[in-house]
Amino acid sequence: MQFPILSVIVFTPMAASLLILLINPERKNEIRVAALCASILDLILSIWVYFSYDKLAAGYQFIEKYNWMPSFGIGYQVGVDGLSAPLVLLTGIVMFTGVLISWGIDDRPREFFAFLFILASGVFGVFVALDLFQLFFFYEIAVFPMYLLIAIWGWIKTREYAAMKLTLYLFIGSVISLVGALKTFDMLVLQQANFSPEFQILWFPFVFLGFAVLGGIFPFHNWSPDGHVAAPTAVSMFHAGVLMKLGAFAALRVGIMLLPLGAKHWAPWIMGLALVNVVYGAFIAMVQTDLKYVIGFSSVSHMGLVMLGFSTLTEQGMIGAGVQMFSHGVMTALLFAAVGMVYDRAHTREISKLGGMAKPLPLVAIAFIVAGLVSMGMPGFSGFVAEFPIFMGTWQVKPWVAILASISIVITASYIMLVIRRTFFGEVPAEFEGHIGPVRPTDKVALVFLSGIMVIIGIFPSIMVPWVQTGVRNVLSLLGGA
Amino acid sequence: MDYINNHILTAILLFPVLAALIILFLPKDDNKLVRWSAFIASLVPFALSLLLWVKFDSTAVGFQFTEKYVWYAAINSSFFIGVDGLSLTMVLLTTLLTPLAILASFKIEDRVKAFMMLFLFLETGMLGVFLSLDLLIFFVFWEIGLVPMYFLINQWGSANRNYASLKFLIYTMAGSLGLLLAIQMLGVNFGTYDLQELFKLWPAASQLTNIPMGISIETVKTVAFWAFVIAFAIKVPVWPFHTWLPDAHTEAPTAGSMILAGVLLKLGAYGFLRLVLPLYPQESAKYAGVLAFLAVMAIVFGAFSAYGQKDFKRLVAYSSINHMGFVLLGIAAAAKSMGTLDANIALNGAILQMFNHGLSAAGMFFLVGVIYERTHTRNLDEMGGLFPLVPIYGGILIFTSMASLGLPGLNGFISEFLVVRGAFPVMTVYTSIAMLGLLFTGAYILKGIKNVLHGPLNERWVGHLTEINTREILVMVPLMALILVIGIWPSWILVVINNAVMALF
Repeated sequence: MQFPILSVIVFTPMAASLLILLINPERKNEIRVAALCASILDLILSIWVYFSYDKLAAGYQFIEKYNWMPSFGIGYQVGVDGLSAPLVLLTGIVMFTGVLISWGIDDRPREFFAFLFILASGVFGVFVALDLFQLFFFYEIAVFPMYLLIAIWGWIKTREYAAMKLTLYLFIGSVISLVGALKTFDMLVLQQANFSPEFQILWFPFVFLGFAVLGGIFPFHNWSPDGHVAAPTAVSMFHAGVLMKLGAFAALRVGIMLLPLGAKHWAPWIMGLALVNVVYGAFIAMVQTDLKYVIGFSSVSHMGLVMLGFSTLTEQGMIGAGVQMFSHGVMTALLFAAVGMVYDRAHTREISKLGGMAKPLPLVAIAFIVAGLVSMGMPGFSGFVAEFPIFMGTWQVKPWVAILASISIVITASYIMLVIRRTFFGEVPAEFEGHIGPVRPTDKVALVFLSGIMVIIGIFPSIMVPWVQTGVRNVLSLLGGA
Repeated sequence: MDYINNHILTAILLFPVLAALIILFLPKDDNKLVRWSAFIASLVPFALSLLLWVKFDSTAVGFQFTEKYVWYAAINSSFFIGVDGLSLTMVLLTTLLTPLAILASFKIEDRVKAFMMLFLFLETGMLGVFLSLDLLIFFVFWEIGLVPMYFLINQWGSANRNYASLKFLIYTMAGSLGLLLAIQMLGVNFGTYDLQELFKLWPAASQLTNIPMGISIETVKTVAFWAFVIAFAIKVPVWPFHTWLPDAHTEAPTAGSMILAGVLLKLGAYGFLRLVLPLYPQESAKYAGVLAFLAVMAIVFGAFSAYGQKDFKRLVAYSSINHMGFVLLGIAAAAKSMGTLDANIALNGAILQMFNHGLSAAGMFFLVGVIYERTHTRNLDEMGGLFPLVPIYGGILIFTSMASLGLPGLNGFISEFLVVRGAFPVMTVYTSIAMLGLLFTGAYILKGIKNVLHGPLNERWVGHLTEINTREILVMVPLMALILVIGIWPSWILVVINNAVMALF
């Protein structure tokens, strides 16, 4: 029997979190080292999975299948394809860097890492799930902490909270209806189910939007910046970096791949919403005064590009969306990490109160600039590699949408450049003079690691695009070879 | 030797980046080491491009030393580079001006390492534009050059640098937006970004096969034509898109201004020649009158505005608008009369003018920087009568100014004459007005010289103003030598340029 590598990836964080909870809470360094070891193990395994994925063979690989609740048709089945392999890698990267930049957490690190790792397990679980029930199971594990966050810190936004909950229940309902006919939760079987067109058109919006809410789609995008702002740095990195991808990914896996005719029918509507996301998100980001909100809303804008790419239902658009999921994940993780480092030292995120941070924190400034350039879609960085095909795909469907969406590029450039200048350059405010300590070595490793990935993908797109391409071709074949 | 022949362009293009990465690991406090490493590193691409110039076959048609590697297979874009006479001239200009600009900034004491690294990155960005034979790669380098320039102005500029740098960046990026969309449209429609293929396919295209647009191909072509034109016109800059330039120049550090005027403005003109004319021959001919009008406005208003300046650096900045107007005039005339002898002469003039302006503008900005470093003012009213204090500097300034003015025997005369000679039969009225503009060119340059060097001596500077030093003279020597050589014997460079013009148009 083959080594169950995906299961090991999924359950390592969970096992590590249990182990960490057994350690005496006073022995903080041992807790940190244990967390780091677990995250390095997962990173290495996910890199291994990514690079040993056979692009020529394509399809789902590293499949493991066990019966779980056979009487209900529920199994435990995992596997990766070209779309999920980069996302597994992304989760490994964000987990590793998240642990690195949380090295300095002194307040109950035990609970913190345990909590973070359960989240990581849930995310890994969704990306590799090939069984609908299992996908939902891990999805809830991953999303549950966010309910807590929004419930505790985001009380004003009860509307969005309700919306999220509601759409998730809609999703459960639609899953039941999907499964009803075939008595199986196996997604590979369901993909071949050929549901009737009426059925698909009826259920697609519920399934798609139910997940897309987590991807920050307009008009349900407001939860995300609030959630990000409230969370500690490593959790923000996970939320914006990975959880939003979870929504987009599940919307693709369950929505578009199981209900392809529905996707074709509703694609123009999704494209409209995505366009609003892209442009409106950029404008909202421009007027924010809190550094974390700027990044939160820029994520809304960038995730709109992912949705835009999906909604084109063209090969190029979807390739772009697939790469954008990875690129945006790394970029936002880096941005939140950098902001967290500034905040830990200055104790404010108000852009107007900051300034001159490049002098005490040069590496943070450089990393933030790199991420900012990715965010602007500057050629030579991963953002361009992702955004360019998205726009190409959009041209093939609705040229006007491509033209309108491109406005966001200039808007993004202007607010990113302003934020960089106001935060990192100019005079250091007197109150910070001499109080801004240098960053820890672990922070440096995380910053360099994340920046390096974005530059490498930007210069050598072939390190990621062929993977995504095989996944996209599979999706397109489900759509009828479009 | 074969290896060098086959990879010389990649070597020229990537060496600066490689050097920058090595400089990153040099000790932070050893400014001297960093400066000299950067300077020596920037001489390598120059030496290689001299080698390239020697090996270049100026009788062959088409692109030489081409290299092609798969870059982004999913959208069929490849890393495809090569040179013809047009790009070779620009590569030589870029690799010559970069070491000079680095030498000119040896006085910089603040974050030397970052400054030098940005400069080397900038060099790769500019060279990439000149070398690309793939539309997407062209765009990649086109945009990426903005970033180092933004930070050079923003971090090492003078008082109003934040405003100027952001204006520069946003202006250019907004201008590039139309270019980006037009490039995407071409790529989607033809499934390739290979320029040589697009040159054949796009002008002949009669419908958009892959794009559902309910409008006629003529409209699409016209809109795309203007998207290209505006992106490049902003960079040149052509009136009325020029307003970012005086700000950017005034605030940029001296070396930044040298490269900005010497090379970056050429990127725009190069875009016209490399992309607009071959991709849109019909539209270019149709709208040649509009382009010529804009060029003449740039020439006349540029000269008037330069005359009106009190700030020495702004005066030189506006003179760039004036001189680049001649480049566009030559291009417009050629677009209208494509294939005739007049067109060839005008294009030869335009390309040579690009090279010449690169030399004289870089020299002028450097000389402004030299005097500013000593007096800490650029206000022309506060100078005056400095000739007796700094005779060598005065001589060099007059020499360079005369090249800029178009004195026969120096390089500016040759190229402006060729442009005017080629454009006159095609666009008589516009060319006549442009020649009147030349009169004002003379006026503002003489005004500049007069206010700095002649007239009553401002006693404030006696004993404070030191003569131009050896390093600074060394910066000027190659520029002055080329100015003189091209003025007296231009055929060595015109052979190369003319061959490209004959082959292309």
